[in-house]
Amino acid sequence: MSNGPITAESAGWRERLAGLRNRRRHLWRRFALFLAVVGPGVITSNVDNDAGGISTYSVAGAHYGYALLWSLIPMTIALYVSEEMCARMGVVTGKGLSDLIREEFGFRMTFFLMVIGFVVDMGNVAAEFAGVAASMQIFGVAKYIAVPIAALAVWILVLRGTYRQVEAIFLVACTFYLAYLFSAVMAHPDWKAAAAATVVPHIQFDGGYLLTLTALVGTTIAPWQFFYLQAGFVEKKVGRKQYAQARLDVLFGSVSCMAIVFFIIVCCGATLFKSGHTGIADAAEAAQALEPLAGKWAKALFAFGLLNASLFAASILPLSTAHVICEGLGFEAGLDHKFKSAKTFYSLYTILVVLGAAVILIPGAPLLKILILSQVANGVWLPIVLIFMILLASRRDLLGDRVSSPLFNAVAWVSSGAMILLTMVLLYQAIAHPGSMGF
Amino acid sequence: MLHATELLGAEARDAQGNFVGRVRELFVVPADHPGRISRILLGRDRYQPLVARHDQLASAEPGKITLSVGEQALDPYQPNEAWLAVQKDLLDQQIIDVNGRKVVRVNDVNLEDRRLNGIVELRVTQVDAGLQGAARRLLQGVVPPAVIRRLQVRLPVSVLPWEFVNLIESDRMRRVKLRIESEKLANIHPAELADIVEALTPDERQSIIESLDDQTAAETLAEMDDRLQTEVVETLDKEKAADILEEMEPDEAADLLAELPPETSKELLEEMPRDDAQEVKRLLQYDHNSAGGMMTTEFVLVGEDAGREEVLGWIRGLDLNSEQLDTVLLINKQAVLAGTVSAGRLLMAAGDKNMAELRSEPLVFVNPEAPDQEVFEMFDKYNLRTLAVVDANQRPLGVITVDDVITHLREKQ
Repeated sequence: MSNGPITAESAGWRERLAGLRNRRRHLWRRFALFLAVVGPGVITSNVDNDAGGISTYSVAGAHYGYALLWSLIPMTIALYVSEEMCARMGVVTGKGLSDLIREEFGFRMTFFLMVIGFVVDMGNVAAEFAGVAASMQIFGVAKYIAVPIAALAVWILVLRGTYRQVEAIFLVACTFYLAYLFSAVMAHPDWKAAAAATVVPHIQFDGGYLLTLTALVGTTIAPWQFFYLQAGFVEKKVGRKQYAQARLDVLFGSVSCMAIVFFIIVCCGATLFKSGHTGIADAAEAAQALEPLAGKWAKALFAFGLLNASLFAASILPLSTAHVICEGLGFEAGLDHKFKSAKTFYSLYTILVVLGAAVILIPGAPLLKILILSQVANGVWLPIVLIFMILLASRRDLLGDRVSSPLFNAVAWVSSGAMILLTMVLLYQAIAHPGSMGF
Repeated sequence: MLHATELLGAEARDAQGNFVGRVRELFVVPADHPGRISRILLGRDRYQPLVARHDQLASAEPGKITLSVGEQALDPYQPNEAWLAVQKDLLDQQIIDVNGRKVVRVNDVNLEDRRLNGIVELRVTQVDAGLQGAARRLLQGVVPPAVIRRLQVRLPVSVLPWEFVNLIESDRMRRVKLRIESEKLANIHPAELADIVEALTPDERQSIIESLDDQTAAETLAEMDDRLQTEVVETLDKEKAADILEEMEPDEAADLLAELPPETSKELLEEMPRDDAQEVKRLLQYDHNSAGGMMTTEFVLVGEDAGREEVLGWIRGLDLNSEQLDTVLLINKQAVLAGTVSAGRLLMAAGDKNMAELRSEPLVFVNPEAPDQEVFEMFDKYNLRTLAVVDANQRPLGVITVDDVITHLREKQ
């Protein structure tokens, strides 16, 4: 719209402009738009109940019935408090978590954090594909068929699907979490007893109980989700004025996440625990064991829920990991290096999906071990991320009036401290007594 | 060439060779010189930090600097907002690469050491946004500097000259103190600048838009996402917002005002000059998805009897932009639309023809109430670049240009 004649020089910008829409940003935007429909908080917590999570919850229900339900309330608080920090930082500073860590703690710290993040998330992606393999086995499909198809579908959907397709598929995926509600209802649980167990704390001092409690916490609060959540608010460009809505979104997300956990535990508690099937080791076995107790529909729903959760997480996790790494390390080479920068993103993304799926395809791959290892890796990464988050959220120069209050910080340190302690116990157990990880 | 990473943490000795402290920060003082390292902060653990001036530096090499004076000649350190801190304000922060038209993150800062009269002057020459800088940041202090230097030559270079760096500072006051100017940004195409601005945080966005001249700010704003447009305008000071709106095309200004809360919209219209405000108000009446909502009221109108030469001469004397010129509307004595002449025909016609002879056939136009679908169909059917919008008496109200049609079509997708 410049005045004067159009010169060759001003005509050149058209070409540059065409290249400007860096494909990576473009792709990420599509997901951000999706987040505009469903809040980042809700999505994050849905993705949070992934393959590893569902296995742990099933085992918790089968082994201990309703005895662990009370932990859901403190966990909801811990989840809310930690997620709220990210939401607040994203909304107030307009920067992602990896950006903030880079700007405030320097390149070296960010680099190590991103390298660990990449490795850990690779484990997580593998765990999601393990979930795909396990759930499809219930439907009688061999993993050698199910996993490559799933990986290809995820890869194509994310890189080639139109926004509308992605939106539709993800929205449907979100509602499929309700499968667990239905399987819980089909299990005919004693709702009164379940409600009572949720409100009244019950502590059992035996190793297995404490370990399962630890695993429950460790799988529900995964470090990568904080990066994803904050990036979601930033990309959605939620302004300071909408902070109240953002907080509500996070609250709703935390509660609905825990509601799903509740239904899974209740479902397994009412059936497997009651009938003495306490030997199950993962979600797939739980689904199998459900059949004689709650009918084949309950089994199918349970397995389908697992498949859905695994696929959902397998779509979002590699994408957000690649995005966070590119952003944090500044691979934003832009115009002249446009192709190159897109290449970094695509390479990271493809490596995550391909290697994650390939590990599962190794004949005799120990699916359960992979699941546990990914949980352990999360456990190592979590304390670092949480500490960074609390430190950043208490910086007045970054957050101004929205800085964490002393009371909030006390809650944050206590809940993070508890999470760190529990994941450390889990880590110790996994390393010292690998056989004892009975899930 | 030196790198900021190699100097940060370096030990400093005075003229007598006594240890003074370690380099904790390098400052550029934009008020004195735009690129020179004018102050060096020397930290001394428990003792008060000292500051060395640029004329007190005798030598600088990786990990070591020497001063040309004794320790007692140095000043105690007083924080100063008008100093640009290389570590705090530059390293790991985002900057705008004016030449490359993108936002990049700084990995390292390259310095040139100029020897003159026994002192060494350090000048910021480039900003490193590539792997070389990254490798230095990662390995500094872990591996000897010589090894890093040997290693880095194998890595690809990605630097940008200091002249093309535009700092992003969200604090308005500090922006002024640091003398960050936005003239260079005005050379970036508005659509690209809009992309850059959209990628920044809300505070940074605000600070940059405010610092741009009204014209550039208007063009940039017009290219931004609707939601961000309103967010920026709402936070701007009313007077500045009105100035920017005034510079916008009336249809774009109307689109923006329609998105704002009615209160704000009213206030802004009051701040604008009367005739601009009138025009925008008129456009505001129309539904966004109608011909009236798509049109702009800026167009070229001449009498059908005018001669080509006369019209060309007249147009040359006007301050018009090229899309307004795409089509010239003709009216008859009753001010009724009598035809349209495309810029191409106006240009190609030989001799001094009458404008009426150059008009395109058939004459097409719409009423402002026509739905956008009808507009799209007419553009497609008649291969239009501009479509006239007329009132019930067929008097011209405005024109719809092809770029507005594309924008609307994309919105519908």
